[in-house]
Amino acid sequence: MAQTQESVVERELTMSRAMVEAIAHEMREDEEVFYMGEDVADYGGIFDSTAGLREEFGYDRIMDVPISETAYLGAAVGAAQAGMRPIAELMFVDFFGVAMDQVYNQMAKNTYMSGGNVSVPMVLTTAVGGYYNDAAQHSQTLYGTFAHLPGMKVVVPSTAYDAKGLMHNAVRDDDPVVYMFHKRLMGIGWMPAPDGPKTPVPETDYTIPFGSADVKREGADVTIVTLGLHVHRALEAAESLAEDGVDCEVVDLRTLVPLDDETILESVGKTGRLVVVDEDYRSFGVTGEIVARVAESSLADLEAVERVAAADVPIPYARPLENEMLPSTDDIEAAVQDTQS
Amino acid sequence: MYADMVTARRYEERLQEEYMAGKQPAFDISAGPIPGELHLAAGHEASGAGVCRHLRDDDTVTAPHRPHHVAIAKGVDLKRMTAEIFGRESGLGKGKGGHMHLFDPDVNFACSGIIAQGCPPAAGAGLAAKKRNTDSVAVAFLGEGAIEQGGFLESLNFAAVHELPVVFVIEDNDWAISMPKGRVTDVSNGAQRADGFDMPGVRVDHDDAIDVYEAAEEAIGRARDRNGPTLVEVQVHRRMGHFMGDAQGYRPEEDQEAAQARDSIERLAADMRAAGVEDATIEELRDDAHERVEEAIEWAKDQPEPDPAAAHEDVFVNPPSGVTDTEPEFELAGGDD
Repeated sequence: MAQTQESVVERELTMSRAMVEAIAHEMREDEEVFYMGEDVADYGGIFDSTAGLREEFGYDRIMDVPISETAYLGAAVGAAQAGMRPIAELMFVDFFGVAMDQVYNQMAKNTYMSGGNVSVPMVLTTAVGGYYNDAAQHSQTLYGTFAHLPGMKVVVPSTAYDAKGLMHNAVRDDDPVVYMFHKRLMGIGWMPAPDGPKTPVPETDYTIPFGSADVKREGADVTIVTLGLHVHRALEAAESLAEDGVDCEVVDLRTLVPLDDETILESVGKTGRLVVVDEDYRSFGVTGEIVARVAESSLADLEAVERVAAADVPIPYARPLENEMLPSTDDIEAAVQDTQS
Repeated sequence: MYADMVTARRYEERLQEEYMAGKQPAFDISAGPIPGELHLAAGHEASGAGVCRHLRDDDTVTAPHRPHHVAIAKGVDLKRMTAEIFGRESGLGKGKGGHMHLFDPDVNFACSGIIAQGCPPAAGAGLAAKKRNTDSVAVAFLGEGAIEQGGFLESLNFAAVHELPVVFVIEDNDWAISMPKGRVTDVSNGAQRADGFDMPGVRVDHDDAIDVYEAAEEAIGRARDRNGPTLVEVQVHRRMGHFMGDAQGYRPEEDQEAAQARDSIERLAADMRAAGVEDATIEELRDDAHERVEEAIEWAKDQPEPDPAAAHEDVFVNPPSGVTDTEPEFELAGGDD
């Protein structure tokens, strides 16, 4: 296979470096790829999403834009429909409110409304997530919001290896892809990441298919389905639970649209117990969707179901308040224990 | 221009008849051969024709919810556009878009039903032209009711700061559904919005096709010569309701009568006669246009409705998995976890 590499991959990268490496590769290969966003050129992206790219590609291809999300996200739609392959960054996903029409009514719908005659080959990158006390307007993930609205592929990497392969696929895809990177996973100096997201990353380019969940830990007793930062929280919980004799399987969704039902059902078929963990709000979101799909297809397999998600309140500022409403490793452990009773 | 205008006028009059046919005696928006809402542009013809006369197929146009006259002037396939409006399988969007969402990539035409939201993609088409160093341009059409919208104002700034080859054309028909312009803005000349962005702004104060043509020539020429964007406002008039079925109870009778009395098509015909064009030639242009419209409508009505199962298709152009369905194979130190 073209993507096979004989030797063991040793080189480790942070998630931001892996993401940037994929973007740089695509920009070298295809002059029609360019990046637009706020503070992406000289700053290199507030969350290191474009670190070093301006130095190689210059201001025309790593474009700083006015704080004018409707204008530049919409311009990305127009440039994509003209056949270019823009990557446009929404600095925080929480800012989607000022520009959502261009995202969900134009970017996501123009292909369908044209009967497939128009394609919109763009990537919308955006930073998500909390756990650093940035309060209600800068801490959300909004996974469910984007996955709910049709016409966008929704990608949520949890490791450097996945981030690179998913980005290559996102840029090459002729459809709009929303690429949601968790701030806490990027490996930014001022926002320490857990150990997990820094992984070996091949130097060559490779594409990870969308709709292909990854079993990050195999286990026999309980299936934990999750994504983004909580893959690492779930793995941490699984290690702790293993000491108590509970063997958890951790399924990393990697993409929400498309969603890999098969891997989830296979795992639940084995364990009979399902815990879904999501940093997004509890109601009308990812956790409910996963549980519903499993119930529709494999109700007989299900012996126990638990959901761990953000409480249905705006994310508070003070540390004890934020900790109370966002899901923690302890919350995951408790939910898994509940499935054992 | 005359042919485009008379085609557009006839088109709207005939669509009105076809649309209302199934919706009598009591108006039921969900009945009849044409689904959904219908926003007709009778009275807007001079703007579409005068501007698009300067455009090539590789130039991009975005139009708003009242798009037919612009589409016709841009050269959109009339039969497939009509089939789309009738919700037929061979329509431009296979019956998935309808009259506010017409896309013809062959002539780079698109429209959006959301007020002012065609402006950012037009700026993006201009950005693509600039990046590719071509001399193609983009034109965004919008109504005067859109000039308070952020999408419009942000696009003016974006186009100005990046010196994009874009022309914004405001079609001022005095009415944003039931709201007269004077009640929503203190600016009677929408082209003044350009001042805040250090961009040229011109207003064509009456819907004279030749005046529009000349103003557009300068604006589009400026864009093509890479001298940046221009804002143009054209005074048009709305001869019909906002949408078919709109009783226009909010609109004074004298205003409706004034709209009927103003006719840019007749004015252009008079100019043509004064320039020595024979009556017979003008009649022939009109008859040909009427015939073209009739052919398109008859063709569209003969087309099959879409198969219901097709509703599930065309969300994406590539497979959901993207450009691959195969996991890469690497041996990562310590496993890939």
